[in-house]
Amino acid sequence: MRKFFLTAALSLGVVTAAPAMASEGGHIKRLDWPQDGIFGTYDRASLQRGLQVYQQVCASCHGLKRVAFRTLTDLGFTMDQVKKIAAEYEFEDGPDEEGEMFTRPGAPYDYFPSPFPNEKAAAAANGGAVPPDLSLIVKARRGREDYVYSILTGYEEAPDGFTVPEGGHYNSAFPGNVIAMPPPLSEDAVEYADGTPATVEQMAKDVVNFLSWAAEPKMEERKRIGLRVVIFLVILIGLLYGIYRRVWARVDH
Amino acid sequence: MAFQTNSKIVKWIDRRLPIFSMMHHELYEYQVPKNLNWWYTFGSLAGIILMLQIITGVVLVMHYTPNTELAFDSVEKIMRDVNYGWLMRYMHANGASMFFIAVYIHIFRGLYYGSYKQPRELIWMIGLVILLLMMATAFMGYVLPWGQMSFWGATVITNLFSAFPVIGEALVTWLWGGFTVGNPTLNRFFSLHYLLPFVILGAVVVHLWALHTSGSNNPAGVEIKGKKDWIPFQPYYTAKDMLGFAVFALVFSIFIFYSPDFFGEPDNYIPANPLKTPPHIVPEWYFLPFYAILRAVPDKLGGVLLMFGAILVLFVIPWLDTSKVRSARFRPVYKWWFWVLVFDCLVLGYVGSQPPEGALILIGRLATAYYFLHFLVIMPLVGWFEKPLPVPASIHDAVLADKKAKESADA
Repeated sequence: MRKFFLTAALSLGVVTAAPAMASEGGHIKRLDWPQDGIFGTYDRASLQRGLQVYQQVCASCHGLKRVAFRTLTDLGFTMDQVKKIAAEYEFEDGPDEEGEMFTRPGAPYDYFPSPFPNEKAAAAANGGAVPPDLSLIVKARRGREDYVYSILTGYEEAPDGFTVPEGGHYNSAFPGNVIAMPPPLSEDAVEYADGTPATVEQMAKDVVNFLSWAAEPKMEERKRIGLRVVIFLVILIGLLYGIYRRVWARVDH
Repeated sequence: MAFQTNSKIVKWIDRRLPIFSMMHHELYEYQVPKNLNWWYTFGSLAGIILMLQIITGVVLVMHYTPNTELAFDSVEKIMRDVNYGWLMRYMHANGASMFFIAVYIHIFRGLYYGSYKQPRELIWMIGLVILLLMMATAFMGYVLPWGQMSFWGATVITNLFSAFPVIGEALVTWLWGGFTVGNPTLNRFFSLHYLLPFVILGAVVVHLWALHTSGSNNPAGVEIKGKKDWIPFQPYYTAKDMLGFAVFALVFSIFIFYSPDFFGEPDNYIPANPLKTPPHIVPEWYFLPFYAILRAVPDKLGGVLLMFGAILVLFVIPWLDTSKVRSARFRPVYKWWFWVLVFDCLVLGYVGSQPPEGALILIGRLATAYYFLHFLVIMPLVGWFEKPLPVPASIHDAVLADKKAKESADA
């Protein structure tokens, strides 16, 4: 059974013991990501470009509510730069001493604001489909970076005989091949500060790298500690093996 | 040799609370067969993992909020803002899988060497109680992050109880604390998820008490008869188990630090949404064989009963196994059936992970049938008809025979 974004929100499931239904998987492109592998780290320049793509393209429909501006220092920004980025946004705060709410510019402790006040508003503005928050999107999809990249670059002409329902778009990577999201990226949709040519593939890679960081900001710390732990354990195993051999040498076994 | 000390303080305490005498007894006087192989380290390993689960769990609770509105966010706060919170959570989530791996190996080891047989029936049965408690605990723990799979897994599994006639619907409402899986459900699961590990710990103490009453079984399956058959736990098995634990810690670390979501479902990084059913609801891998048994029966009640039966049947195998010989090492026919059972469980696990379509339905049914036939029919019959190999006179003899075989193989 194909599950469309549009109908999925309405599918109030009657659950039986066997609700599993195979959804037709789309075509996923396999890429090498700088954060892959034991020693993989995020590409800071790409993260910064990806932030730009998120802010100028994705953010009009998708939130990033779990990411605080203060954490953008991970991308290689200084705290002053982070303050500037945060100050571009306005936040309602309060109540003040008179009991009034007021607006103030964003600060590093704020989180990226979501574009819609609630899910209903998001659905109403997008033909019934709620654009998901992107904070965890890379971890929340099978195929992770490859999947999100494939969606962003998967807009194609529908093959002959394939009818795309109204409000949908053909996408080679999306399960069922019909996605509610219109093609978000087009050539030169952003102008990169570092002069990198803004091709669709480049922007997709950059924003996926950025979203990968957003989903797993502690990945580098994790791998760094992991390496030390593994080295420690290998040495420990060597020592314990020596002890084991020595202790058991006394046993006739 | 009885416990001796020159310390006045230790003497004073030991006179009133003989904890030092007891430790001395269990470590130095308690007789452990000297031929235990590496498969025997998984028991103490499971105990260590239980402690790790309790420690990481207690730390996680310091930051977790059991409320449907806040649970998912609080887990993400742990991942992002709590110092080493990601480490605690990844240890705890992967630790659950490690716990089941260790315990499943421990159980199959018991099956292979006949550790459930007289006089160790109660050790085996208490172990099964621990398994049931672990399953309940793991299931409820998986619900706590309140992701899509948490919510829908909880919905599917609790709905199973509606299969019971007459009381089914009322029972499910009672379990939920409402008319759907909701905040009361999450709260009680949290409460029980915190309670049950300590119940498991208690059951482990009883398991060990029974074990130290009958003593460990061993690969030869013969009892300790003389001085040459046994060694004290300390330093021999402490050294062996420590090495085993370090190797385990390495494997565990590779998952935690390099593939922390290996056992997880991507869907559980989507906050629970009661209005949107995931296309493919799967339980955690350690439940998959049971899930396959559940789905093998077209009738819901039958499926539920068979699934519970899959564990209950294990309680009676000390009486279903009619062989006088414990260890499969000396049972040329049963040995093969054991490996068929292992394969059968792997098949069931695979079937449980897949949508029930096409040939998999039939394979699932055959595998389920075999699972029960293995215990109810094959075990008693093989025990009667099999001609076992000669059993060694003592553990020491078994060790010498192994040594000889090894030397001739090397030469």
